[in-house]
Amino acid sequence: MTADVAPAQAPPGAGAGQRPHPIGRLIWTRTALGLVTLFVVSILIFAATQVLPGNAATAVLGHNASASAVRTLQLRLGLDKPAVTQYWDWLSGVLRGRLGTSLANGQSVWSLVGPRLLNSLVLVAAAGVIGALIGVGLGMFAAIRRDKPIDHTLSVGALAVTSLPEFVIAIFLVIIFSTVLLHILPGVSPLESNSGALKPWQDPKELVLPVTALVVVIVPYIFRMMRAATIEAMQSDYVEMAQLNGLSRARVLLRYAFPNAIAPTIQVIGLNFLYLAGGIVLVEFVFDYPGIGQGLVNAVADRDIPQIQFIVLVLTAFYIFMNILTDVVTLMATPRRRVPR
Amino acid sequence: MTTSAPASAAPAPAAPRVRRREWLHTLTRAARTPRGMTGLGLALVVVLIAVIGPFVAPYPPDKFATVPGAPPSAKFPLGSDILGRDVLSRVLAGGWQLLIMAAAAMIIGVVLGTAAGIAAAQLRGWRDGLIMRTVDVILAFPQLVFALLLVSILGPARWLLVLAVGISHVPQVARVIRAAALDVSERDFVKAVEITGVRQSRVMSGEILPNLITPLMVEAGLRLTYSIVIITGLSFIGFGLQPPAPNWGYMINENRIILTSNPWAVVAPAILIAILTVGLNTFTDAIARVALGIERAEKVIAEAAGTGAVSEIPA
Amino acid sequence: MTGDMASPRLVVEGLTVATAGSGAAIIEDVSVQVAAGEVLGVVGESGSGKTTLGLAMVGHARRGLEIAAGSVRLDGTDLFSLPPDQLRRRRGAAMAYIPQDPSTALNPALRVGGMLKEVLTAHGRSGAEADARVQELLAEVGLGSQPEILSVYPHQLSGGQQQRITIAMAFACRPGLIVLDEPTTGLDVTTQRTVLETVARMCASYGVAAVYVSHDVVVVGELSNRVAVVYSGRVVETGATPDVFGTPAHPYTQGLLRAVPSPERSGRLVGMEGVPPRPGQRPAGCAFAPRCPLVIERCRAAMPELVPAGRAGQLARCVLVETGQARTEGPPAPAAEKDLAETVKPAATPVLQVTGLDASYGSNQVLFGIDLTVPPNTCVAIVGESGSGKTTLARCIAGLHTNWTGKVDYGGQPLPPGIRRRPKDVLRGIQYVFQNPYASLNPRRTVGGLVDQPIRTFAEGRRVRDDREILDALRAAALSVEVVNRYPDQLSGGERQRVAIARTLAVSPRLLICDEVTSALDVSVQAAVVELLRRLQRQHGLAMIFITHNIALIRSIAQQVVVMHRGRIAESGAVADVLDRPRAEYTRQLLDDVPKFSAAMTSSGDAQ
Repeated sequence: MTADVAPAQAPPGAGAGQRPHPIGRLIWTRTALGLVTLFVVSILIFAATQVLPGNAATAVLGHNASASAVRTLQLRLGLDKPAVTQYWDWLSGVLRGRLGTSLANGQSVWSLVGPRLLNSLVLVAAAGVIGALIGVGLGMFAAIRRDKPIDHTLSVGALAVTSLPEFVIAIFLVIIFSTVLLHILPGVSPLESNSGALKPWQDPKELVLPVTALVVVIVPYIFRMMRAATIEAMQSDYVEMAQLNGLSRARVLLRYAFPNAIAPTIQVIGLNFLYLAGGIVLVEFVFDYPGIGQGLVNAVADRDIPQIQFIVLVLTAFYIFMNILTDVVTLMATPRRRVPR
Repeated sequence: MTTSAPASAAPAPAAPRVRRREWLHTLTRAARTPRGMTGLGLALVVVLIAVIGPFVAPYPPDKFATVPGAPPSAKFPLGSDILGRDVLSRVLAGGWQLLIMAAAAMIIGVVLGTAAGIAAAQLRGWRDGLIMRTVDVILAFPQLVFALLLVSILGPARWLLVLAVGISHVPQVARVIRAAALDVSERDFVKAVEITGVRQSRVMSGEILPNLITPLMVEAGLRLTYSIVIITGLSFIGFGLQPPAPNWGYMINENRIILTSNPWAVVAPAILIAILTVGLNTFTDAIARVALGIERAEKVIAEAAGTGAVSEIPA
Repeated sequence: MTGDMASPRLVVEGLTVATAGSGAAIIEDVSVQVAAGEVLGVVGESGSGKTTLGLAMVGHARRGLEIAAGSVRLDGTDLFSLPPDQLRRRRGAAMAYIPQDPSTALNPALRVGGMLKEVLTAHGRSGAEADARVQELLAEVGLGSQPEILSVYPHQLSGGQQQRITIAMAFACRPGLIVLDEPTTGLDVTTQRTVLETVARMCASYGVAAVYVSHDVVVVGELSNRVAVVYSGRVVETGATPDVFGTPAHPYTQGLLRAVPSPERSGRLVGMEGVPPRPGQRPAGCAFAPRCPLVIERCRAAMPELVPAGRAGQLARCVLVETGQARTEGPPAPAAEKDLAETVKPAATPVLQVTGLDASYGSNQVLFGIDLTVPPNTCVAIVGESGSGKTTLARCIAGLHTNWTGKVDYGGQPLPPGIRRRPKDVLRGIQYVFQNPYASLNPRRTVGGLVDQPIRTFAEGRRVRDDREILDALRAAALSVEVVNRYPDQLSGGERQRVAIARTLAVSPRLLICDEVTSALDVSVQAAVVELLRRLQRQHGLAMIFITHNIALIRSIAQQVVVMHRGRIAESGAVADVLDRPRAEYTRQLLDDVPKFSAAMTSSGDAQ
């Protein structure tokens, strides 16, 4: 029940200008929170790497190394200093752009990871955008054709695909398209990881399978949400009202159903971008794609701590950033929260 | 004062349903739906293979039985793998560890997550915020990366794997349970009991917890599926279960090179993993549908699979 | 004034709408007519099918429903035989619909002005024409002084403003037919009055044929020229409004009128036991037979036809009317005033004494200096609209809300703010019945378990579950003892509320707080529950606080009344005094705005 005292009522929206804008406020608080989280995470990462039985030097050189070799490496890595000092050194180094030297092959971490970063970004961006478009499109399509055979097929298909691990999907793609059944696409990427000579977009064929694998992984989530949200919107009172007012079907779909269905779907899309940050690890591994996912796997295999630290930090920063972006975009798509009473 | 007119009785089914063990009731109902039957069937088939497999394998899985990469033959129905071991035997023996570890990880995640979620919902205020923020730090990493990080430090021990994966589930479960618990505790029937001065712990156990069973079941199902996905994924890149013991994840990777000569070494474990995860997920879906109705279930799963931020409880 | 009946604008003939597939009829064989300039009221309770009928009148059937028989003709054209695009062209233009809940009927993603304009442009007006028309409409619905309303989102408007926008949208293209579905549900009394006036004014000036669908008998009585009473999917009585409500022929209509509370007469409300049959479960004979106090054998044999009854143009679907045995009764005589308005002698300590109570939510103060006295054996009604603070007050007294200051004495002893600090006998003595019967019972407990819970909590020492206490409580709440093993979702709203009442009675409280306990119930069920509470209060000598927004109700249950407005007490005193001779301006306004039956419809009752 709402009270409505007509003459004394202030015109609506009058108070909005005086309150801090919700979007601005959201960005501030979330960024602050994000930085704190990043800080905490950096401590965690660093602490974790210090928990090594023995220490990093032993891990790198192996247990059979001579004591003096270990000692030399320890000094070189600054492992004899107290933990807090080490952390501070590392953190200030990172902030100043000096990321340290890879333990595996002596090159600077940045020169190793930098190009990979770009490659992975291309992969994530392509997969994310294509996946979002397909997911949203199919979701709306299925919702309109609700309960018809095509909807059932798509829904069951989505359910099945969504359950599969991404590397299984990748492997199946390799089997079908490049190795066993067809041979049209390369199964393993011949790009050099260090030279930076060949960029992914210079040979799109290299991108097709990895991107497809990632797209196949994320589309079902987006599809299901969009479909469910569109169906809910189509059953809402405001859509019924629009129909009773004689608006055309197209108009009802585009101006009434879609804007309301897209809001929760944006959340899911954002989360899938997040997911991609982890998903690229396995997919890059399968296709030997020179991105930071593969970089991480190699670094872990080599126990290359500076690389591990940096890559994990980057992934975390990406995660936090995407979280904030998703929340902002969702807010923008929801007038009810964006514009207070 | 007793009304005797039959019309005062509710137009309702004759016999009252028994509600004790409602969770069991929901599970059996779900198992009878087409989705439920399919999902359960598929999952059980693979579980059976994994559990009984080691005992019926024709060869010891480590034995170098023949030429590497041999195609299927009478003696070796699925051919041989990259080191000449019988693929069929390795496939039969390569699943049980995975299942146990995934189940353990799921249990850890669900137990810890539920505790955190309920604590946050009950304590409210700044303690609520503290618990959830702490838990959310885990969310800052992709699940796989988190596990990978820990493994890179401490080595791929099995207990570590289980712990890492289990902990990485906690934020999602905590969010779902917290939202559900908050929702229930705001309801009038909980207040109606609180108002008579009943102890908070009894309110929790008598009124709130029983209403959390459904979201818990759905989350458990999803977590189990994801546990399997992550553990096989880690095994695939070599940081999970270690060779030479057979495990499906690693087999898929190590036999990639011989894909052209004997694809079965890769395909067989891949198909088994696929069937297991699809079956589990389908069954979880069936549970959600039975408990929440088709439309609400769709929305809830779509959200829970990603955000874990919203959940619904049957009224 | 009542229009040209020779060629009515809307003709519904033999309409049957059923669920697709199973074929269970929602409405069956409905025939009504509406002429231009006339308002037809459609009265029914939940499950009557009135909303389905309303939608069918604009050519719409919800998903899963289909037209099984009959026709709906607007200006001669059968709506359901039109091809879809022609039907769509008429919607919003030749016929319009005003929804029940404007907060969900307006697209949250679009600005209000855009939506209004869209209705016009979708039906052929140009942009400039549409803009001009929108300005016109705003003025007509009383929002002309707030043109900035066009650039806001629906959630930024109040309920009354939202509803006026939907009214503007409906009248935009000057339709010939308007169907209104309970447009004032959820609005407070003053807003409701404004909306009703707007509707009446615009219907008259546009000369539309209007159909007003509602469960609120009194509002329909005020607004409509003719009325059709719907029960279980069929029209059971129809005629000119003063005839049907003044001298009802059908027992259901009579029962309905007996259940309607009035702010002007003290009277025992008489409810109707039972629930209407669900679609698909309707009996062969008259659907009302199981609940009818005048039922005879012949009623169950076959569905009666609509036959003339009473005055000209009045039809009723009743065997008794056919055979001339019907008795037409007006609303009930006022019960002996003494019974209800009995003043309690200034006795010993009041059960509850509140002095200077201030309460807040966080830093926001919502109650200001509340004084309240509840003498023993007395029912005090607290009347207020949403935002008045009445529920907050109840929660403070009950201990659910602890952020308050002031003096509250219970039985002469100070009452601590929170539940934790109250001794057991105090907790036992103050009991609370919640508003929503669908949310206040744990769905996983049986009725017996629910009633047993408080008994167990307050029992001395260990005890074995004593079914007699439970059954006694159920009987006291006028429930059949069979329900003890049922679960709440197997019960109707009225039954659930009785269970909620039963569990409070089971521990013999001294003070019973009823928080809007009938707001979620149909009128006939409301009457039964209110009458039950009244009886219980008398018999057990309970002190009671009855909270409601419906000022018409209090005369049927309370002796004292407190009127609240924006966290303060506007007026308080004996019920008769406050309602007949209100002193506060707010109370006067409230009483003016409450819908009332016209004199013509109550005169026959007073004659007794």
